Amino acid sequence: MTKEEMLFQYCLRMGDTHNVFAHRMGEWCTNGHILEEDIAMTNIALDHIGTARAWLIYGGEVENKGRTEDDLAFHRDERDYVNMLISELPNGNFAETIVRNFMFDAFSLLYYTELTKSSNETLAGIAQKVIKEAKYHLKHSANWMVRLGDGTEESHQKLQSAIDEIWRFTGNMFEMDDIDQSLSDSGIGVDCAQIKEQWMAVVMQTVSDAKVTIPENKYMLTGSKKGIHTEALGHMLAEMQSLARAYPDAKW
Amino acid sequence: MSVDNNQGELWEVFIQSKNNLPYKHVGSVHATDKEMALQNARDLYTRRGEGRGIWVVPSQYIVASDPEENAEFFDPSVDKIYRHPTFFEMPKGSKNI
Repeated sequence: MTKEEMLFQYCLRMGDTHNVFAHRMGEWCTNGHILEEDIAMTNIALDHIGTARAWLIYGGEVENKGRTEDDLAFHRDERDYVNMLISELPNGNFAETIVRNFMFDAFSLLYYTELTKSSNETLAGIAQKVIKEAKYHLKHSANWMVRLGDGTEESHQKLQSAIDEIWRFTGNMFEMDDIDQSLSDSGIGVDCAQIKEQWMAVVMQTVSDAKVTIPENKYMLTGSKKGIHTEALGHMLAEMQSLARAYPDAKW
Repeated sequence: MSVDNNQGELWEVFIQSKNNLPYKHVGSVHATDKEMALQNARDLYTRRGEGRGIWVVPSQYIVASDPEENAEFFDPSVDKIYRHPTFFEMPKGSKNI
């Protein structure tokens, strides 16, 4: 694999992750429990779409086959999608959305902080922009973690169940395959294994503030970097891609 | 404020559009605590770059005048035009007044 091919894959992984995440957050539109939260979640969706575009536009340039960000987002199938598993998890109840977001947001802030040091100027530039949004996303989800965990008996229960369910998808964020390792070694990508300890510290602090616990089961699901996903992704992509595929020239 | 409707309490939102400008009332949000009030205000009222500063205040702490008392509250000032600086003529030769 050439260096360009590796960088292209790297862009797809992050671009897909943010795009899928954005779609999930967008699914909250009109379904938030209060108007304010509805808007908060769709704001976050828009942040992720912006980030997804940045990665996919650059990915298209790196690949150099004339594919646009829309081609990459709407005309690749499930097996070609390489988003992190955690991003595709269905919204579930509000606690499940918050846990999913929190686990990713804590990762995201550390990841982009590291990526600002990338020797690739485009990636460092993306990181500079995203880091502000990631800080806000983490504030939003971490506050809700504590509010729900330290709230009523029911909210506590729902938060704990959500953590127990989602925990096994967190290991996937830190996996390093040959592409990640090679890009990390050349100072372009982030060594995710390195940020895991800091991530765990952030998670443990919030989990303790929220009076919940992380499961003892250490089994972690994998596969996203090879295009292997949970069954939820296919359904989501079918809906997300249907309009662009039915009307290829559709414009906003 | 009641929390019966399960949306949290009502908070009034004030936005400062630029440094040193006064905060202006823009509306209200629901929230159960001050961080949530601030974040909801940020998400609702500064999405298009409207603000550099936000104040949120529980609506219950806003003390408002009673419209029924408008006559005694406000009417007496209507005919006192000498309270406007433009009422006075500038003395000839004065530069700073």
